[in-house]
Amino acid sequence: MSVTIRRQERQIKHVNVDMSTKLGNLTIADPVFTASGCAASGQELAAFNDLTAIGGVVTKSIQLNARAGRATPRMAETPSGMLNSIGLQGPGIDIFLNRDLPWLAEHEVTAVVSIAGQSVEEYSKLAGKLRGKPASMIEVNISCPNVEDRGQVFACDKSAAASVIQAVKRAAPASMPIFAKLSPDVTDIVSIASACMDAGATGLSLINTTLGMVIDTTTMRPLLAGVTGGLSGPAIRPLALRCVWQVHQAMPDVPLFGIGGIRTGLDALQFILAGASAVQIGTVLFNDPGAPQRISRELSEALAERGMDSVQQAIGLGHRPPEVIVPELPDPPGDTLEDELYESAVADDEDITDVFIEDEWPEDQDV
Amino acid sequence: MPIQVKGEVLNVKPIGDYFSMTVVAPGIAERTKPGQFVAVAVGGESGGMLLRRAFSIYSVRETGVYGGTVEFIFSVAGRGTAWLAAQRPYDPIDIVGPLGRPFALPREPANCVVVGGGYGAAPLFPLADALRTRGCRIDAVLGASTGDKLFGALDAKRMAASVAFTTDDGSYGEKGRVSDVLPEVIARVRADVVYACGPMAMLEAVQRVASEAYDGAGIPTQLSVEESMACGIGVCMTCVLPIIGNDGQTRMARSCVDGPVFGGDRIRWDALGTVPDDAVGAHQ
Repeated sequence: MSVTIRRQERQIKHVNVDMSTKLGNLTIADPVFTASGCAASGQELAAFNDLTAIGGVVTKSIQLNARAGRATPRMAETPSGMLNSIGLQGPGIDIFLNRDLPWLAEHEVTAVVSIAGQSVEEYSKLAGKLRGKPASMIEVNISCPNVEDRGQVFACDKSAAASVIQAVKRAAPASMPIFAKLSPDVTDIVSIASACMDAGATGLSLINTTLGMVIDTTTMRPLLAGVTGGLSGPAIRPLALRCVWQVHQAMPDVPLFGIGGIRTGLDALQFILAGASAVQIGTVLFNDPGAPQRISRELSEALAERGMDSVQQAIGLGHRPPEVIVPELPDPPGDTLEDELYESAVADDEDITDVFIEDEWPEDQDV
Repeated sequence: MPIQVKGEVLNVKPIGDYFSMTVVAPGIAERTKPGQFVAVAVGGESGGMLLRRAFSIYSVRETGVYGGTVEFIFSVAGRGTAWLAAQRPYDPIDIVGPLGRPFALPREPANCVVVGGGYGAAPLFPLADALRTRGCRIDAVLGASTGDKLFGALDAKRMAASVAFTTDDGSYGEKGRVSDVLPEVIARVRADVVYACGPMAMLEAVQRVASEAYDGAGIPTQLSVEESMACGIGVCMTCVLPIIGNDGQTRMARSCVDGPVFGGDRIRWDALGTVPDDAVGAHQ
């Protein structure tokens, strides 16, 4: 027999949700940013989004000199994600400052400049070059090998990470917020996070990609020319969320960017509930170039549905003890019929038999 | 400017070893120039395949009862293209286009040879339409591994003054490669330019033949390259290849926005798949 379910139309409350968020001394009108390396310097995405309507663009990590990057293949699709091994191809900071940053400024897009160096001194020089430039923030990509320490990645060592942040802090424009972008490929992300904060970071961006690889079973060799690559996309979302959760738990006052596999407004909400003040979206841009505005809209609707009128209200809310606040509505119905039955019934606060239009209760139905 | 359209499948049909998909995607047809491509999301909005699949545009129709449509040809090569082949009329499909740099067209009427490998021939048909409008003569060379993998044989006979077919196994036309018959075609029709689309090895052979034409004087080529892409819109930097710029310097250029069509003399054939030592920013 057919079971007809009376579904309560989910009411979108037309509350004006205040989407603004604070990142250090900056108040940004929207919490959704594009992530470094997935949006170039914004121009291409402007065809698909009003970039002034989102939080801003985190530019592709820029280095002191032009860099050709790695050989191809540079990319492999993986389940719910992808690997990339680009090798930070870019024009170098001078061309970036003359060509790309002015474009963002002219179009009134909030620019977060991501910098990447091969030594502490390079990071310092890069930060210094941002003096007097129309950048709102600096994001320090410390997932780079330190040529002065046998290629050891800065982000994997507390003192190396701290020296970079200290140097950037000294060289950067005085009031410019500095966010350190951390790698998840560490034993204890909280200790790296805390080292970066002690060194003068304003906040943290969690997380960068995690290393992975694919072997081509036809050639029976690694598929990527660079052998290993950074894994990104929804495949790493739980890992990223865990990092945000742990760091927020340890340092609740530190502003965090939540980054890793965000594809929908509800994904973004998870990161905010875990403690992120804002989010960055990356790999989803390859799937849906219109994602920045879509996710911002979905997030605003999700907050409204839960009776919240600001993003800031939701930051870290996932850490509250269970009994303090109960959201007005549970998460939207899940995939299975049983879930839908159960959740509709709970949402309606009605007897579960009320969800059937037909009077007959199927005898063998097990709810 | 490309646009993103939540379109609808008008039809999917097998053509030889390939499939043709026509999508109702208002706004894309009006903007499309020959040689441009579309990037199609596969697997649905919550599926596990995140990367768009890029296909050359085969034909567009600006108006019609359904609004503008875009048609592209694909081969089922993996899960993404298998998903596409399983779509049915009215299914939603998310498509971005038109993307990339189109074929450059001659200012004056010219003798043009178009060369296609497999379903790489698809963009040559809208190109031929544009060339014909400009009073150009068109001769075609189509090749594939087998006769079943030749694309557009009938269309080619209609659009071109002459068509030569080659297959690796000799099952249709001459046994051999397009580059085996191309020198004769260029000489016979007094070709001014060669347009080609197909696998990189074929394009390299076409470029060699074109550069040796007329006792080494050479003729220009416009080649549409095949590189795997993640985004198609210029942000991911995965589809790069070494290209010689106007200043003579080699850079790792994006085939999605700087191409997919390049002058054959701009491609560093010696260094494909690598970053040549003399590229800007190599060994940093």
